[in-house]
Amino acid sequence: MLDSTVSYVTEDGRTIGGVVMEMKNITLRFGGVVAIKDISFDIREGEIRAIIGPNGAGKSSMLNVISGFYVPQDGEVLFHGKPRPQMKPYEVAQQGIARTFQNIALFEGMTVLDNVMTGRLNKMNSGLLAQAIWRGKAEQEEIENREKAEKIIDFLEIQHIRKTPVARLPYGLKKRVELARALVSEPSILLLDEPMAGMNVEEKEDMSRFILDVNDEFGTTIALIEHDMGVVMDLSDRIVVMDYGKKIGDGTPSDIRNNQAVIDAYLGVAHD
Amino acid sequence: MPEQLVFAMEVFLNGLMAGVLYALVALGFVLIFKASGIFNYAQGVMALFSAMTLVGIMKGQVPFAHVINAIFGTDVHYFGWTVPALLAIILTVAVMVLFAWAVQKYIFRHLVGQEPIILFMATIGLAYFLEGVGDLMWNSEIKKLDVGLPQGINEAIDSYTFNIFDYGFFIDNLDIVATVIAALLVGGLVIFSQYSKEGRAMRAVADDHQAALSVGVSLNFIWIMVWSVAGFVALVAGIMWGTKSGVQFSLSLIALKALPVLMLGGFTSIPGAIVGGLIIGVGEKLFEFAIGPMVGGATENWFAYVLALIFLVFRPQGLFGEKIIERV
Amino acid sequence: MFYREAGDFKTSYTDDNQTFPIKFDRYRYYVVLAVAFGVIPFLINDYWANAFLLPFLIYSIAAIGLNILTGYCGQVSLGTGGFMAVGAYACYKLMTAFPEVNIFFHVIAAGGITAIVCTAFGLPSLRIKGFYLAVATLAAQFFLVWLFNKVSWFYNYSASGQINAPERTVFGVPVTGANTDAWATYLFCLVFLAISAIIARNLTRGMQGRKWMAIRDMDIAAEIIGVNPLKAKLSAFAVSGFFIGISGALFFAVYLGAAEAGDSFGIQKSFLVLFMIIIGGLGSIFGSFAGAAFLVLLPVALKLVGVDMFGWPTDIVAHIQLIIVGALIIIFLIAEPHGIAQLWRVAKEKLRLWPFPH
Repeated sequence: MLDSTVSYVTEDGRTIGGVVMEMKNITLRFGGVVAIKDISFDIREGEIRAIIGPNGAGKSSMLNVISGFYVPQDGEVLFHGKPRPQMKPYEVAQQGIARTFQNIALFEGMTVLDNVMTGRLNKMNSGLLAQAIWRGKAEQEEIENREKAEKIIDFLEIQHIRKTPVARLPYGLKKRVELARALVSEPSILLLDEPMAGMNVEEKEDMSRFILDVNDEFGTTIALIEHDMGVVMDLSDRIVVMDYGKKIGDGTPSDIRNNQAVIDAYLGVAHD
Repeated sequence: MPEQLVFAMEVFLNGLMAGVLYALVALGFVLIFKASGIFNYAQGVMALFSAMTLVGIMKGQVPFAHVINAIFGTDVHYFGWTVPALLAIILTVAVMVLFAWAVQKYIFRHLVGQEPIILFMATIGLAYFLEGVGDLMWNSEIKKLDVGLPQGINEAIDSYTFNIFDYGFFIDNLDIVATVIAALLVGGLVIFSQYSKEGRAMRAVADDHQAALSVGVSLNFIWIMVWSVAGFVALVAGIMWGTKSGVQFSLSLIALKALPVLMLGGFTSIPGAIVGGLIIGVGEKLFEFAIGPMVGGATENWFAYVLALIFLVFRPQGLFGEKIIERV
Repeated sequence: MFYREAGDFKTSYTDDNQTFPIKFDRYRYYVVLAVAFGVIPFLINDYWANAFLLPFLIYSIAAIGLNILTGYCGQVSLGTGGFMAVGAYACYKLMTAFPEVNIFFHVIAAGGITAIVCTAFGLPSLRIKGFYLAVATLAAQFFLVWLFNKVSWFYNYSASGQINAPERTVFGVPVTGANTDAWATYLFCLVFLAISAIIARNLTRGMQGRKWMAIRDMDIAAEIIGVNPLKAKLSAFAVSGFFIGISGALFFAVYLGAAEAGDSFGIQKSFLVLFMIIIGGLGSIFGSFAGAAFLVLLPVALKLVGVDMFGWPTDIVAHIQLIIVGALIIIFLIAEPHGIAQLWRVAKEKLRLWPFPH
């Protein structure tokens, strides 16, 4: 068991730091239904942490707790060692946590570029008056942030569709745009909710490459929910396994692969 | 018993009666909203139009007389016959069914799956259209409507309350009849909606047009049916209000009053429309009675809306509406 | 052939961001400005000013205001009439209380006051959405009209209950009252429209516009990525109120000259402006102009045809107007729910390719 306060370097040269977020005894209820039962795990800086489990296990709810959208009835979320006070979702975004959504939550009335630019909103603070005048401060800020957005657009190879209304895009490209929007806010923690859902093999390879590049180039900590076991085993540094709201496994891919409880509940046959 | 309290009781009872009339109009809204997710702004104008048609048929008016005269220089206004009330009502219902069919075929079939605001706008367009047609067909003068409903002060209640309170309550017979009819209508509609095959199909359509289509519900049929029933409810409301205050344009503004009723009762609940109507009816009248004199009166112009607004802030889905759950 | 973008490359984000990236559009815009400011004032007469140009300019400002609230931010409002009344009565009180101050500032101040009132009535939008909000704004509509009728302070205790605009001048030229010239009132309103359009364009193309549209498209997701819904919605109400207030002030002071809350600013006004932005195109500044032009011209055209050409009695023409407006709204919603602005966009797309079909 690695000491969770000590940084180490992985085989492929990435640096994994100390614990950046910790869930302590989280319990989440919706009326009579208990979605999450007393779950604890941590996320280390710079790692790729997968959350897996059968449908209905409570994974999306867990992500929503991490992003502050749901408030657990019991337990606490520690951010950099300190308990995170209850905040509005938009305040959590300001803390540097960005996410994508299971069912794509892009703004269908806007173009790709506009959608990506919305990710920069916490970095732009011209007031209403300055924006009404436009020339000067507001325009300057817009240009600077446009440059940052274009870098991400370049990185994710979506330049050719930047002026396309998002509503017209196929599913795979929409997911990429959503990733761009999340990335452009320069988050310290990126939460991905089933980023590979509905994709074919080629698209999955592209998306996996992007996720690895993000982690490698920007050092972003990534927590992702995913069902494709091949992807999970290849990408993640550590995995949390949930079933019926409880944690049934927590460790490296090889630990999980051989964990009997996980095999029984989810994997089926021991995965090679 | 203190005089003010007795007056207040009378106001309360009258408020209940007014509330029943509001509820009648609100019912039409709920039906269409339940079945199609459309908020039918034209419901009020439908009440006006159906009342105008009823009067027109009863009096033997020539439809579009004014226009015919303008184009051809003639001077016809009446056929010369009159039609008895019951027959006229049946004919008017037939007209409303025809209207329902036309609305379905020419408007809403082309708007399947559109956003609610677009549908709402379409019904506003429909309201304007229908108002214009109604005016052209039957002209826009105020008409008196008399289908033989009892009117005037109810003597029994007057003398009964006089004996108790030394003050006879003025409760109009018409209002009592309206209450009874409304109660029957509501009962019938609830039974229909909950227990009949068509009622269930109607609720399926309200939830999701495409899904209902995929299980074999004929949208066309359900919509024509629903708009016809709404048309019938509009006719009943039109008769009640028209008998009370004459058939005139202001009848269509009742629709606007139904909105706060729906906000309180929830847009999809039939009993909610009734309870909402009663609360608004009583609330309005009592507020005007108590506070009106202090602020110059006419608070009924806005009280219902403010009341509904305040209520909605605390309970966005209304009393009986389904709780709005938003998931990400 | 003439609508070409070939060779017109943008080398900076500034260029890419401009309002009219295609040269043809830009030149057309300059021509329109030149005609509007330089030609029309010499050709205009009282009839055209009153029948079309003044209402078009004034309603365009209101339409821009409502479009920001409803088209860009997605908050449906049926209170436009009431808010225009706020602008009108605020302007009136300021004009009568501070007769030395130029009316130009009174109109702007009226806009500011309306912004505050509109923001207050926008508070429920934090809890109430969609239809329910639309109906809640009716509370604003009915309450405000009632207020301006009942509380005599608003109309300076006049016996008639009306407010009358006293004569005011700009650079010595009267723009309100009985002695105005058509070109003066026209230019006065045009200046306000130009300023409003520029401000609206700037706000909607930047981050503020994106925040509004994000709230409109998916408010929960917007909040999760960091939009403060309170600030976004209230700012939409405020900006919208500012424009609608200016429109109301001009409508009363310059166009009508005298007004009474119930007659001039009733619920019909609210519907009228809402139709303008729906027919014109939600979420489009151009659409606000198009819708305003359409709905101002329509009754004028109908009257010309019906009464002057065919000699029908005016009440029949009025009924026909209702029928045609109603039918047109429905036809537009079926055929092009995104309004004239979308038709225009499609036409431009075709023009860019012409003479090729695709």
